Amino acid sequence: MREITFVEAVREAQAEALASDDRVFIMGQEIGEYGGVFRATEGLAERFGAHRVRDMPIAEQSMLGAGVGAAVMGMRPIVEVMFMDFIACGMDAIVSHAAKMRYMSGDQMRAPMVIRTQGGSGTHHGAQHSQTLESWFLHVPGLAVVVPSTPSDVIGLFRASIELDHPVLFVEHRALYRTTGTVADRVETIPLGRGVIRRYGDDVTVAAVGKSVRQALVAARELDEEGVSVEVIDLRTLVPMDVDLVLDSLSRTHRLVVAHEAVERGGWAGELISRAVAEGFDELDAPPLRAASLATPIPFARELEAEMICDERLIARRVRESLGMPEPWA
Amino acid sequence: MNRESAFQTSTDPGGLTDSRLSEVFRLMYTIRRFEVTTERAHLDGELYGPFHSSMGQEAVSVGACIALRPDDVVTSTHRGHGHAIAKGADLGRICAELWGRSTGYCQGKGGSMHIVSMEHGFVGQSPIIGGSGLLATGAALAFDLTKDSRVAVAFMGDGAVGQGVFHESLNLAAIWRLPVVFIVENNGFAHSFRAEQMQLNPDIAPRAEGYGIPGVVVDGMNVLDVHEATRTAVDRARRGDGPTLIEAKCYRWRGHNLGDAEHLYRAREEVEKARRDDPIERFKQAVADRIPERTLAAIEAKVDGEIEAAVRFAGASPPPDPGIALEGSF
Repeated sequence: MREITFVEAVREAQAEALASDDRVFIMGQEIGEYGGVFRATEGLAERFGAHRVRDMPIAEQSMLGAGVGAAVMGMRPIVEVMFMDFIACGMDAIVSHAAKMRYMSGDQMRAPMVIRTQGGSGTHHGAQHSQTLESWFLHVPGLAVVVPSTPSDVIGLFRASIELDHPVLFVEHRALYRTTGTVADRVETIPLGRGVIRRYGDDVTVAAVGKSVRQALVAARELDEEGVSVEVIDLRTLVPMDVDLVLDSLSRTHRLVVAHEAVERGGWAGELISRAVAEGFDELDAPPLRAASLATPIPFARELEAEMICDERLIARRVRESLGMPEPWA
Repeated sequence: MNRESAFQTSTDPGGLTDSRLSEVFRLMYTIRRFEVTTERAHLDGELYGPFHSSMGQEAVSVGACIALRPDDVVTSTHRGHGHAIAKGADLGRICAELWGRSTGYCQGKGGSMHIVSMEHGFVGQSPIIGGSGLLATGAALAFDLTKDSRVAVAFMGDGAVGQGVFHESLNLAAIWRLPVVFIVENNGFAHSFRAEQMQLNPDIAPRAEGYGIPGVVVDGMNVLDVHEATRTAVDRARRGDGPTLIEAKCYRWRGHNLGDAEHLYRAREEVEKARRDDPIERFKQAVADRIPERTLAAIEAKVDGEIEAAVRFAGASPPPDPGIALEGSF
């Protein structure tokens, strides 16, 4: 076992893919000699050559589109979109090309590629560099959506992603990059669609991904002192989504809170709750609730961001609401 | 190029052997008969969905594709029947795809705008305007990465030039010297708009200069000229010298799609006048002293039979099993 940071895991996962499969290459901005603005590709160009770790013009459409073209000809590109906000510039390549190639060609073509990106609040990058947009992609059949929360999961999920014969959106939360975690010397591959229980509890199930998992765990510890036992599920992937794990948990806790940093309106929590209600209605003792961000652009000032973004306090509040408990400081 | 000048026919068969010239005729005639026949079938209600005829543009499809090796790849647009046929795809399976049948290239999942035949290097149409350029650039990137001597050709329309991806593709292919040829079929119309309404400079080829690559204007009604320009560009690409932009000036004989309200934007007289310049008739004149009339007649008779057989095959093929609707996606 060893302790590494989240961003080191991202680097290691990509190095492993480059080393083990000649079809893998990386495209992105500032990813070569510069090493990536978050150091996620540091040293990879030196080790694998600028040919395979390719710096791109600032042109998301062609970066993602050329990735699709290369993938259908048998390559396995990793495309780094520097900020998740910028993915909007290349949406056509993802939504109308990558996601549909295999299906609409009658399985003659496949577009295996991993689109790596990072996003999220907490670093005061403002409204156009802080968004959490993974919910958009649940609405597009043909795309897997992966949101790891620990360094070990980064490695295990990345391997499954690069091996999948479908395009994968691999979303990293910027605030996790410096967090650390223990990883095995040889991390097992984590099949996509398999969540994990991070903390066992009896009273309320909180389902989350990415940074929100850590926040849910903080909230759970706080609630523990109030005598509330919270079960925290890390879904790890949103497509496919491990709804069975959530239903199984509900059969014990009978209460559900879904937490995400994405804006509440139209966010993926609605999808999970809909499934939970439809398939686990008899298990529910209270309406499932969402702990998610308010519907505003992400403001710059700390005080404003704190007002609208989902954090551990909001998750704790929703858990209490689900139990009909008053807020301790209210 | 003045369209009037297009009536003056090049008589240089460009070093093609008699059998290759016969092949050129066979392909152009096949595309014409295919478009005439399937359009008729559509009007008779035998097939459904959007239908974009390439009638009148046969010289571009054929002139370009005969300059390619069988393993070179082509990407196409919504107006792609001609490209698929020129690249050698099977008429019966194309027809069956248009008819939405199980024997179609994409098992009925694609339709007229999504024909793919990987075995013929016809790696897909993108009816998202400009998408074909990205796919070809990506395919060329795959060839570059794997030291593969193949070349990718992207067919696009003049409408694609307004898209950002057009510029991104050309620039990316240029800086990486990718083995790709961009062929813009300037058929005079982007749906109802004339190029001169959407760009101050009606010529497209000069834009290549901005990317540091050759830009060539060719008479798109002259198959031999298209062939010559493509051959030069393909040779250059295969040598590793990078992409070329070819603008093939032609004329769209039919409306944007079947059922288009053409009368709103062009006069019948204009179309009738343009149609007096028939690329197939021009080719016949150009090779009159090389290919005997009876040879051409024999080819026509054979092709007529093949098209009939293809339509029969499509009509007799069963619709896809509804069970496959969910296969190939998630």
